[in-house]
Amino acid sequence: MTIGLEHYLAVAAILFTIGVFGIFVNRKNIIVILMSIELMLLAVNINLVAFSVYLGNVTGQIFAMFVLTVAAAEAAVGLAILVTFFRNRGDIAVDDASMMKG
Amino acid sequence: MALQAIAFYLMALITLASGFCVVSARNPVHSVLWLILSFFSAAGLFVLLGAEFLAMLLVVVYVGAVAVLFLFVVMMLDVDFASLRQGFARYMPLGLVVAAILAAEMVLVSSTVAGRGAAKASLGPMATGGAPANVTNAEAIGRVLYTDYVYFFQAAGMVLLVAMIGAIVLTLRHKPGVRRQVVMDQVLRSPASGMRMSNPRSGEGIGSGEGIGE
Repeated sequence: MTIGLEHYLAVAAILFTIGVFGIFVNRKNIIVILMSIELMLLAVNINLVAFSVYLGNVTGQIFAMFVLTVAAAEAAVGLAILVTFFRNRGDIAVDDASMMKG
Repeated sequence: MALQAIAFYLMALITLASGFCVVSARNPVHSVLWLILSFFSAAGLFVLLGAEFLAMLLVVVYVGAVAVLFLFVVMMLDVDFASLRQGFARYMPLGLVVAAILAAEMVLVSSTVAGRGAAKASLGPMATGGAPANVTNAEAIGRVLYTDYVYFFQAAGMVLLVAMIGAIVLTLRHKPGVRRQVVMDQVLRSPASGMRMSNPRSGEGIGSGEGIGE
């Protein structure tokens, strides 16, 4: 049997859902939340590349590269904030994150 | 063709299974390792699609940089991860139901979309766009990226620069009690302040406590 566009889209959809599920069940652990966001961005990338390849238009892959860039930047800044937060609090429970305001 | 299907199902299965392990692992270090496996298999899917350049980029950027960064942070922070798993069992059933419904809807929509519109006319996988057959995937991307999207390319560089500066500013701290190099003092040092002429008597030397520069 041949592998078509819909197979890749299904994989991306399920991977995105796993990311949403990860945010939902790991509500306190901000590290796993960040990893779930990475999974969701990976699912988006799979979608973009699959469409790009099957529509014969390379623009989708360029878009995927930009998503990759933003994901890397987001991970760096997010983990930097996490480290700073841990230094101030000695803990990384998301519930206490509201003390960072102001 | 059969081999391609086997490869696709294998890599898709590994991607999804390790993705699920990322969100359900007890130890965050294991989560990061599962994340690396997931990225690797997704890179395999990209190779299968013919997007070799993005597959290599995924391995270099995600596995080489992002996942290792996660690993560093997880191992550096001394956190009681057991307490962070409170509520996991409570949210698990509802989360699974919502996720299953969401996944079913998205798969339904995407399988419908795949046979309509522009996708209906697709002739099959074609990773190099409309370029001739002798153009590689990386070359096809380069031809578009450095012409039509050159400003976006520059903007992506600015995003990375801002993220880098932001991460450094956020995590840099000056510990009290650490003597730091003050370049200004070193530059402003002159022979008059850095040197003292003395005329010690023979056999006695310069007395202690009269060091140079005091």
